[in-house]
Amino acid sequence: MEIFVQQLINGLTLGSIYGLIAIGYTMVFGIIGMVNFAHGDVFMLSAFISLIFFLILTTWLGISSVAVALLIVLVIAMVLTSLWGWAIERIAYRPLRGSFRLAPLISAIGVSIFLSNFVQVAQGARNKPTPPMVQDVIVLFQGASGYNVALSYKQVIIMAVTAVLLTIFWYLVQKTSLGRAQRACEQDRKMAALLGINVDRTISLTFVIGAALASVAGTMYLLYYGVVSFNDGFVPGVKAFTAAVLGGIGSLPGAVLGGLIIGLIETFWSAYFSIEYKDVAAFSILAIVLIFMPSGILGRPEVEKV
Amino acid sequence: MTAPSITTTAQTQTVSRSFDLAAAFKDAAKTALIMLGLSIPILAYKTDQSGADLFLTPRWGLVAIVCAIVFGLRLLIHAFTASRSYARATPSPRQATELVDASPSAFQKASRFGIPFFLGVALAFPFLVYLIQGGLTESRYWVDLGILILTYVMLGWGLNIVVGLAGLLDLGYVAFYAVGAYTYALLSTTFGLSFWICLPLAGILAAFWGMILGFPVLRLRGDYLAIVTLAFGEIIRLVLINWVDLTNGGAGISSIPRATFFGIPFTAGEDGFAATFGLEFNGMHRMIFFYYLILALALLTNFVTMRLRKLPVGRAWEALREDEIACRSLGINTTNTKLTAFSIGAMFGGFAGSFFAVRQGFVSPESFNFLESAIILAIVVLGGMGSQIGVAIAAIVLVGGPEILRNLTFLQAIFGSGFDPNEYRLLLFGVGMVAMMVWRPRGLISEREPSVILKERKAISGSLVKEGHG
Repeated sequence: MEIFVQQLINGLTLGSIYGLIAIGYTMVFGIIGMVNFAHGDVFMLSAFISLIFFLILTTWLGISSVAVALLIVLVIAMVLTSLWGWAIERIAYRPLRGSFRLAPLISAIGVSIFLSNFVQVAQGARNKPTPPMVQDVIVLFQGASGYNVALSYKQVIIMAVTAVLLTIFWYLVQKTSLGRAQRACEQDRKMAALLGINVDRTISLTFVIGAALASVAGTMYLLYYGVVSFNDGFVPGVKAFTAAVLGGIGSLPGAVLGGLIIGLIETFWSAYFSIEYKDVAAFSILAIVLIFMPSGILGRPEVEKV
Repeated sequence: MTAPSITTTAQTQTVSRSFDLAAAFKDAAKTALIMLGLSIPILAYKTDQSGADLFLTPRWGLVAIVCAIVFGLRLLIHAFTASRSYARATPSPRQATELVDASPSAFQKASRFGIPFFLGVALAFPFLVYLIQGGLTESRYWVDLGILILTYVMLGWGLNIVVGLAGLLDLGYVAFYAVGAYTYALLSTTFGLSFWICLPLAGILAAFWGMILGFPVLRLRGDYLAIVTLAFGEIIRLVLINWVDLTNGGAGISSIPRATFFGIPFTAGEDGFAATFGLEFNGMHRMIFFYYLILALALLTNFVTMRLRKLPVGRAWEALREDEIACRSLGINTTNTKLTAFSIGAMFGGFAGSFFAVRQGFVSPESFNFLESAIILAIVVLGGMGSQIGVAIAAIVLVGGPEILRNLTFLQAIFGSGFDPNEYRLLLFGVGMVAMMVWRPRGLISEREPSVILKERKAISGSLVKEGHG
């Protein structure tokens, strides 16, 4: 029982991170119908950006309060990663509108390879450990066998930040004109353009939002694991994509739900079956969902038009 | 959605001979500023580790250089587009009014002589190298490189069946390569089977795996298919790592028996290859044998593909690539058609894998990661999907190119002695893939050779075909 509760907490934390990345996949897929393969690497890049700024803030500027440092890092990482998201869209995807269907996917694979190797060349191939930022834990209850169920502050921060950002983001998409334009483009790009929506700008914005949320995930990942390396983007990226597909690609609540489910499955699989095969489990879910339930839990079934 | 046609741009644009220099400068400055923003943390500070602590090393000089380069490039692009739009606005008297050009293109003319030339060079390569380098041992590096390139040519041709002909984006092709390699490695080390028995077995097993993996997957559309094949590729690799009892895990299988010349081993002994043929023993004999083996395998792949294209199944593949719905309406069994493409492609991957195992004498799961799939895909994409000669050229460029990069020692004089061009290989790879999609999405050779001809041979321009809708 204690182990179960502990794994539930761990799984939800991991799931929040996956959910944040998955939103980027689901939004981009919703609006231009492409799998943004490079999104996982944008996430990895943002973890590096936050690592560097965390070091600048703590060692050079001497900010001793972790909370303040974390907040500043979060904002800076969001801004800079958004810039990356925008630039990637501008350079690698925008010229390909109206090209054949697989062109953006191949281009995205190119961007993915570029980003991970760019970081490797710029920052070195070794794992980068950070000094532990937040270490305190809250002991929720003590188990009979002496096993304590603990909720660490890290996990609280991760879940809280995720919840707050999702709320803000939800408001942005549902209530603002910006979000309306975004949803309009998702439904019918040509019609939206005819009605005076700047489609290119809206698509750019989608990438910017996706990258910003990925950067939050990157900072949280760094906070949680305390170590990052240049090839950390691929596997979390695929898992987040699995989450997006599981929740129903194109659906925002679906992405978060899918992220939580994937996080829970992964932690429970590691706890009760075998940790070696946890990635196999994630990949298998991806394949099974795509084959048997391609519209996901909350997605709309796709109608093929001739 | 669609790019505006050329005529409208020519009409609306007022083109002057001198382009707006100030605006170009302003835009280039803006681009450089964005580059600065992009490079602020990741280039400007390098994280180095000493003990348990990380510390930062600033590198603002590098950032300045990169921004200057971006500025210059942007300016060049402006100048280039300005001159091009000027050329477009003033139509040449010979400008074609017809969209379809039916006369044989420059590529077709060149390919009539180019292909036999390429074949001749490939056949004579070890001898040429022997003559140039002046000795068998000296030519080892070049023959090795030739084998490597030909392996990728073969993999590219195998994947070309799936991606180029049938239009199914397969991101897990390396799984079948792995199946082939492990088939040979396991059968030869466990049961002592020879290479010549394992080679067809590897092909059959890989084709079988292609069918098993393909069957549930092939109902999916383009990018979903790509992602699922990627997942399968990774699953196979992870199983190879974790199933230690069978595959020896991440340590891999070593001391795989070497191939023999149809039963005659390449050893220095009495019954060895050299003694049998009255030659002086040299380790290079085996390498040259490997070279011709992979050349034969690659040519076999090419021959089978070219023949299959002319059969009903091959024509169905290409029809499927162009329009799946039309295919289904015409009564083509799309599942079977896709499955044959998938398993035949997989079979050639299996052949190549078994060759890989016998050449290396060692296999480990690390050789079969996603990057390998991406490289093979890049070869096919770069070559122009569906074009056989294009794939061969792309393999030479992508696999041979980095080797040239490695030998450019003068670069070290510019960038300092710590500069290792090989580090940038994959970086350039990624950039190359993006650039290719942006500038030439149809690949190096975008012309299509029609597989069936009525009366006369006409070139099909790449812009008239669309692929990847499957």
